[in-house]
This record gives sequence, structure tokens and C-alpha cells, in this order.
Amino acid sequence: MAEALLKVENVSKRFGGLLAVDEASFSAASGHITALIGPNGAGKTTLFSIIAGFLSPDHGRVLYDGANITGEPPHRLARRGVARTFQIVQPFAGLTVRENIAIGSHLSHRGRGEALAAAGEVARSVGLGAQLEAPAATLTVAGRKRLELARALAIAPRLILLDEVLAGLNPSEIRDMIPVIRTIADSGMAVLMTEHVMQAVMSLAEQVFVLAEGCVIAQGTPRQVAADQRVIEAYLGHGAAKQMAAGAGHD
Amino acid sequence: MKTYWPIVVVVALLAAVPLFTTSNVVFNFLVAALLIALAGQGWNLLGGYGGQYSFGHAAFFGTAAYATAVLQVRYGVNAWLGLFIGIAAGALVGAIIGALTFRSGLRGSYFSLVTLAFAEVLRIIASVAPITGAGVGTLIPLDLHPRAFQFQSRVPFYFIALALVALSLIIVRVIENSRFGAYLVAVRENEDAASALGVDAFLVKLCAITISAAITAAAGCFYAQYFLFIDAGIAYGPWISIDALLAPIVGGAGTVFGPLLGALVIKTLGEATKLMAADAPGLDLVIYGLLLVGVVGLAPRGIAGLLRTLSRLRPSSGSTPEGSHG
Repeated sequence: MAEALLKVENVSKRFGGLLAVDEASFSAASGHITALIGPNGAGKTTLFSIIAGFLSPDHGRVLYDGANITGEPPHRLARRGVARTFQIVQPFAGLTVRENIAIGSHLSHRGRGEALAAAGEVARSVGLGAQLEAPAATLTVAGRKRLELARALAIAPRLILLDEVLAGLNPSEIRDMIPVIRTIADSGMAVLMTEHVMQAVMSLAEQVFVLAEGCVIAQGTPRQVAADQRVIEAYLGHGAAKQMAAGAGHD
Repeated sequence: MKTYWPIVVVVALLAAVPLFTTSNVVFNFLVAALLIALAGQGWNLLGGYGGQYSFGHAAFFGTAAYATAVLQVRYGVNAWLGLFIGIAAGALVGAIIGALTFRSGLRGSYFSLVTLAFAEVLRIIASVAPITGAGVGTLIPLDLHPRAFQFQSRVPFYFIALALVALSLIIVRVIENSRFGAYLVAVRENEDAASALGVDAFLVKLCAITISAAITAAAGCFYAQYFLFIDAGIAYGPWISIDALLAPIVGGAGTVFGPLLGALVIKTLGEATKLMAADAPGLDLVIYGLLLVGVVGLAPRGIAGLLRTLSRLRPSSGSTPEGSHG
């Protein structure tokens, strides 16, 4: 694997009595798709918020392109080339699709006309070309997910954090979205995604990190991780791996 | 350029009024409306475009009014120079209030309440401080001369007020078509999403409140020159904070013409109320209250928004593929 663009080192975050992230370490490389998976409440979104600057970690540090970016505010990270999508979509509801995306385009285009034109191109690349002038509030869930993606891409990032961009989509919408995500990685960006839709993780990710109760408990290719006993137990409960092995033996 | 034509047309129409009338009643009415339109345009930039609802624009209006009046009366500064110093002083107060409130992360109604508190504190200070004339107020001596920013007739005042309003319309239109304007609207719609896209929300809001304060400050300076008298209740009183937010909300917050439209409507209503019930003080405020409830309930995007909705409902005009950048 190439030199990592993003390195997370021993990051911990505590909310009162809850240790949401516990000494988590992982990395993501340019041109590759890295997935961060784990059961509900494992701390995936917290980690994302820390990387994107919305939360500060209690311990540990985040390195991006060799620089320590721990605790830098989101807008400055965005200017460095770190983009994120939100798990709960956050469209600028009163604006059109084009105007939404143009806010991101403005990072590299000062003029209003250029930013709006650039936004059109980004929209077409994620399949929103037909809805450019529609108010964002009128989009379907799938459309809003694409809009999240388009806005993040509009800042021309080098690292893009996709927080459950497939959640809430139906199987055919997921099928349409997967090639879009692969194209992003092929263009040279580092893609870090969290996802519940395992089918997508299996077909997209090259490197998977499994988070459970705030700790990274396994890492490897999707196939290696899926066979890992600790991962099975984290998802299905204590003793599940043994039962499955026993069940397989009976067949 | 085509987005500026409506401004040219509206200003030209208003500039033609003196061709048809010489009535001081008409000019007094129009000057009062333009004054509110100007103060309201300041509020509109921060509240309508930026989503930061200030209840204390009197702080900027009053500071500017006092700055221009006190400089003339106590330090002999020229009134025109006082106008610019007053605007700068209002902008400075805006920047200070903005830095304090936005740095502490105040949003929504907390921001509104703190701005109200700032205006009230300034009102109380102005009502006791010797330099402002305390309870007596400050009277600018009569000197009916253009170089003292005073005129025999109402007409020059009317043109100056119109010029200030025209300038404020152009400033807001320029901002609307700029990156700063796009960022400001993004902050209004969703601050977190905006900052994830590289928008420095604090800086954007700070710039917005400074420009907003400067525009409302211009109205304060004009007030002082027009009436030649201010006291704490006029300069920092809640009336101007209310008018400054009522006009754009009624007219259409977040639109260039909203404040002007709203100011004409509320001033017309105010005058009509006075005609009908001259001996019932405060009745105009009751009418304003009902109007505000009506607008927020029935046309939350103001008259401008209502007109836009109505024009979309008509099938003939709804088919034009015009973008909504107007």
C-alpha cells in the first residue's frame, strides 16, 4: 500500500462516563478506499468528527500529509483538502442543488459565475445533472446523499470522508452509487468511508478497519476481516463465532 | 449587469417624485420611510441573508447619531465629516458586538437577546453620561447651509436619503452576487455544513455584522441631521430596533428590495392608524404587532416571497426558465 495520506494515532475521546473512542489507530492512502466498520455505537462517527475537526480528541493525534492537524477547525481542514459528508444529510435547504454545490466550488473559484459553472460539472459527475436548478429541499433521500457527496467533491479534496453515504438507499440506488465512489478513488483521492451496508464494503474497500466499543479490533482486506473471530463476536455477540463454527461442522 | 436594472428603475421612480409634488407631508412621509428602509437594509444583510436575528440595531443607529451630533456640538466637526465618522463608529460597535457574541458561539435567540441587551446598556449609559447631554439630549444648532448638512427645503434631504438607500441597495446586491454573499447564506442555512466546505463562519458573520452596522449607522447620522435633536430614547430606543427588523421581515427578509417595500408598507399603516385614531397613543404598535403575526404566519418570506409564490401559481409566467438569482 502507498504512503498513507491520513494517519490516526492512538486517538481517544471521552463523553462524560462513556469512552467513545479508545486508542484508535489507522491510516488511509491516496487512490484507495479504506473502510471503517463496526456495530452501532462503535465510535465511527465520533472518529470522523475528530478527523474533520468538529471534535477535539482527548489523546492522540491526527496526521494529514505529514502535518499534525489535531484540533484544527473544520474550515481550515477543508482548505487543506479534507472533505466530509454528514451521516444525517445537511443540505442548505433553501438553496438550489447548484447553489449548494457552489459553496464548495467557491473554495477554488472566487467569482460567482465560475463557481456556479464548476458546481454544474461536479453535479453531473455524481448524476445530479438533471436536478441542478431544483431546490435542495425537494430532493429524495438518494438525491440528498448524492448532494452531500457532490458538495464534498466540489472543494476538490485530497481526502474525502464518507459517513454512511449508502445508508437509507434501496439496493438499486446502492448499485448506482458504488461506481461513483470507485471513480472518486480512481481519480487519486484517499477515500475513507464508514458503512453499514456490508455488500458495498466488501465490493469497494481495499483495506478495512473494524471498530468495536471504541477500539480497532481487526484490520485487513474485507475477506480477512469477515473471517476474523473477534469481528464476528463484535457483531453477533459473545460466543457467536464458536456457535457458527459448530453449526458449520454439523452440516 | 441585468440584476442591477430593477434598482435603477426603482430609484429613478422615487427620484421623480419631486416633479409631481412639493408637499412637505409627502416628503416627510417618504423621508421617514427611506430612513427605515436604510436602517432595515442593514438588519436585512445580517438577519435576512445571514440568519442572525438582531434585536439591537439601535446600538448602531444610536452610536452613529450621537457621534455625528456630539462631534458637531462639542468639537465643531463638520457635519459631512461627522456623517463618515458616525458610520465608522457604528461599524466599530458592530464589529465589537459581533466579535464578542460570535466568538462565544451565541446563535439564534441567544444572539438576539444579547444584542437587545447591548442596545439597552448603551441607552442607559447615554441617558446619564454628560457628553451625550444625558437626559436633556443633544440639540444640533440650526445652520441652514448645505455645508452644514442642513437645508431650507425637504427636497435635498429627500435626495440624500434616496441616495443612501440606493447605495445600500447596490451594496447588498453586490454582496448577493459575490462569494461572501454565498457564504453568508450558507451560514444561515447550516453553519456546520458551511464550515465543512471551508467557510470560516466566524469571519463571515463578523464581516456581515460590521457592514450591517455601517448601513444602519448611516440612517442614524441622517436622523440626527434631519431632526437636529436626539436623546437616549430616540437614539438607542427599541423603536428603531423594531422598525429595522419589521421592515425587512414584512417586505421579505433576504431580498434586496424587502426593506424598502416593508418600510413603505409599515409607514403607510402607521400614518393610516394615526389618522383614524389620533388620540390613541401606541395603537400603531398594536397594528405593527398584528402585521408581524400575520406576515410570519401567512407569508413567512414577506411580501416579496408572497409575490414570487403568486407569480409561480399563474401558469403563464411560471414557465419562464429563469434562475432564482434575482
